[in-house]
Amino acid sequence: MECRTALEHSRALKGKEYSSVELTRALLEHSQSCADLNAFITLTSEQALKQASHADRLIAKGEGGPLTGIPLVHKDLFCTKDVRTTCGSRILDNFISPYDATLVERLQQAGMVMLGKANMDEFAMGSSTENSYYGPTRNPWNHERVPGGSSGGSAAVVAARLAPVATGTDTGGSIRQPAALCGLSGIKPSYGRVSRYGMVAFASSLDQGGIMALTSEDCAYVLQAMSGFDEKDSTSINQPVPDYANSLSDSIAGKAVGLPKEFFTDGVDEEVAEAIRESISVLEGLGARMVEIDLPNSAAGIPCYYVLAPAEASSNLARFDGVRYGHRTFEYTDIIEMYEATRSEGFGPEVKRRLLIGAYVLSIGYFEAYYVKAQKLRRLIADDFSRAFEKCDVIVGPTTPTTAFPIGLKTDDPVQMYLNDVFTNSANLAGLPAMSIPAGFDRQGLPIGLHLIGKYLDETTILNVAHQYQLNTDWHQRIPEGYA
Amino acid sequence: MMQWEPVIGLEVHVQLMTDSKLFSGAPIAYGAHANHQACPVSIALPGVLPVMNLEAARLAVRFGLAIGAKVEKRSVFERKNYFYPDLPKGYQISQYKHPVVSGGSLTIETGTGDRVIGITRAHLEEDAGKSVHENFHGMTGIDFNRAGTPLLEIVSEPDMRSAEEAVAYLKKLHALVRYFEVSDGNMQEGSFRCDANVSIRPKGNPELGTRTELKNINSFRFVEKAINFEIERQIDVLEDGGMIIQETRLYDSERDETRSMRSKEDAQDYRYFPDPDLPEMILDDEFIEEVRANLPELPNHRKSRYEQEFSLSPPVAEKLLRDRDTADFFERVCERSRSDPKTIANWINGELTALLNERNIEISDSPVDSDRFTALLDHMADKTLSGKMAKEVLMHLANDPSDVDAIIESKGFRQITDSSEIERVVGEVLDANAPQVRQYREGNQKVFGYLMGQVMKATDGKADPGQVNQILRNLLE
Repeated sequence: MECRTALEHSRALKGKEYSSVELTRALLEHSQSCADLNAFITLTSEQALKQASHADRLIAKGEGGPLTGIPLVHKDLFCTKDVRTTCGSRILDNFISPYDATLVERLQQAGMVMLGKANMDEFAMGSSTENSYYGPTRNPWNHERVPGGSSGGSAAVVAARLAPVATGTDTGGSIRQPAALCGLSGIKPSYGRVSRYGMVAFASSLDQGGIMALTSEDCAYVLQAMSGFDEKDSTSINQPVPDYANSLSDSIAGKAVGLPKEFFTDGVDEEVAEAIRESISVLEGLGARMVEIDLPNSAAGIPCYYVLAPAEASSNLARFDGVRYGHRTFEYTDIIEMYEATRSEGFGPEVKRRLLIGAYVLSIGYFEAYYVKAQKLRRLIADDFSRAFEKCDVIVGPTTPTTAFPIGLKTDDPVQMYLNDVFTNSANLAGLPAMSIPAGFDRQGLPIGLHLIGKYLDETTILNVAHQYQLNTDWHQRIPEGYA
Repeated sequence: MMQWEPVIGLEVHVQLMTDSKLFSGAPIAYGAHANHQACPVSIALPGVLPVMNLEAARLAVRFGLAIGAKVEKRSVFERKNYFYPDLPKGYQISQYKHPVVSGGSLTIETGTGDRVIGITRAHLEEDAGKSVHENFHGMTGIDFNRAGTPLLEIVSEPDMRSAEEAVAYLKKLHALVRYFEVSDGNMQEGSFRCDANVSIRPKGNPELGTRTELKNINSFRFVEKAINFEIERQIDVLEDGGMIIQETRLYDSERDETRSMRSKEDAQDYRYFPDPDLPEMILDDEFIEEVRANLPELPNHRKSRYEQEFSLSPPVAEKLLRDRDTADFFERVCERSRSDPKTIANWINGELTALLNERNIEISDSPVDSDRFTALLDHMADKTLSGKMAKEVLMHLANDPSDVDAIIESKGFRQITDSSEIERVVGEVLDANAPQVRQYREGNQKVFGYLMGQVMKATDGKADPGQVNQILRNLLE
């Protein structure tokens, strides 16, 4: 029962095969027995069972929707009323939000049952979930490997079948990279599609909430429930959300698939490249047409991203000052000392590194050379995509250059760590929807992700292509050993 | 001796008359219990986001149109980053490179004629909270009720040349924001706050001297004193061969002096950048035109209309326009009254204003409303009342809600306008004052006034002086 997809559970709940309470209880027990993954920061068993029994009542009355009674886990940077929200940081170790994030509220209204809060890189800064105050999360496919990050806890939860779906956030690849490394389907919608209200900000102009699941079909259903305009977020888009599920079964024959030569370089591991080539043949087999495209400025993505994201973060994280909530140092003689000690104790090394970079690039004398220049590059990168999408409907490539790497391998080499985002962060810079779906395994049995980037506001096409791919492959059905 | 010329520019923070904060729905009523108007956005909880209050934009546009400035269709909110306990987000959202209003002016009257003071820009920003030091046993409490309150910062050009001009500008600006209902202008509650940039230079030298910024000058009187103190201080420094340091100085009203607060070397790098949580503020023509359509008549326009339509002198018109309620009162009376507009204006500026000042109230709370005031002046126009009587009736009206006719009847205020009655009294007065009559007829015009006075005295002041004048003259000749 635990290994089913959200929609399979949905059918089972409606068919009275088992109740949401039974499912919830089973998954909570499973989660406790998998504590060694360190995928959770907080388990919310009591609330979960309450929500599940409420869902059961709705289902019994025939009032449930497709997601009613389906368990999920939230990344621990979505604010949840009465349940602590840590962002993987000591500075928020004791923080309990008095309100729910819009996304949390919407999924709750859809009847979903929250099992707990998932581990993550502190404030979503990282690609391995090693930067958590609560320790690293392990990859269910291989406990010595990272699950990716920053939404690594969420990815591990779904890969280990502790919940069929988990929310994540993606600022430079934080949903897609862990989805790839854990063999999942994960989507980051267009910037503005999902409200950021209550999603603790890392880099406001890049952050976007999304979902990880076992199938793109599940992604479509959950994304549907959490998308749409929110007057509390001035950057959310006031546009109707298409019925994603409705288009999943469309044929992709004739669709133009763009292959950017910049995504098929020597930097990509040969086994990954091979799997992506095979995926492309699958798409061709379904009638899609391959088109070569250029994204000439994509090499600028990483430097551009690592100027803009820290710049925004340095300002966004200024509120964690020990004055109103969160950690405050115990001894201090004046306010400056209080700030310095609180923040020195409260933040981990990667967060500090980015805050320093961010403050630096915004300083007088450097602002033009870094921040302004990066904004210009961002525009060029977005223009590349606009031109490319004149020739194609979707762009594909590898999600990451390699499969999951060993825990500890890149912790001392931030640049190597940052290069994990090389294919993913340009979609954030351009605000485009993008997803990763399972596309094979390397010889060590580690999952490989196929990356799909869509036109602005066109989640429909990438979900459709992904679903059609999954109807013709079974990579997404593989379960890591010991979690079946 | 060197002649020094002061150069002064002012930055005024005006609190906008909105119901709620600039980026959240929290109310901004004055005097609420500490932190009772501090919503999650006000205290910058994790995950909260700002949403622009359109009413604040509307008021900023209204101000821009009122000073004939350019209203920018595109303005940008940026983050001003610094740490301070009463600044909840660690940054203030403010317009920096792209303000909503730029390039307007105000005309002030000075001893040497009108002067146009340039207004460089006006931009929207949010206020911070307030640190509270009392009752916390050596610690500091913070009240976030103010945090996020919408402010319009109005920055003038360095166009003022004396403390008096600075005060004239401030008063004009204060009247304007109140007239246009941009702000209540309440200085005690901090709705109208001023910082001054002051420098001096040798008279005739076009280059600007090093300036200091004076903070904490929150009354017109303190502005004048602080600037004058600072001008004298700078003259002393320069004449002693010293140099002015660019710095921020705090005005201490108790000691009447300014003290150094921080120098330019301590100036912070605020690391401004556009706030990614807020789209650029785009105001379309429709929005701006709607604000324009709802604008009250501009004071300058109204003033020239008063001068042309009603033949009022500029100072009289100016005085009527000291606030919108007074001007509106004047126009209401003009519309209905048979009296001449000049008389109406003089009565409002004179008698009525004296009455209001005595009671320290605004015209909107006047015990004599425009209807009774109109009736009073009309009884003067139809000669029922003399000017002197009308003044007395006004005093009665101020304490008695009855209508004007009732007061005239009950108190016996009625002018004698019957010419035969007046002729009778004049005859009696002439009989009783034969020597003066002779003097007049011999060419001594001065006694005419004496005889007039005798007639008025004989009628208890109730005779119509115009008629008395004419009849007396006829009978004497």
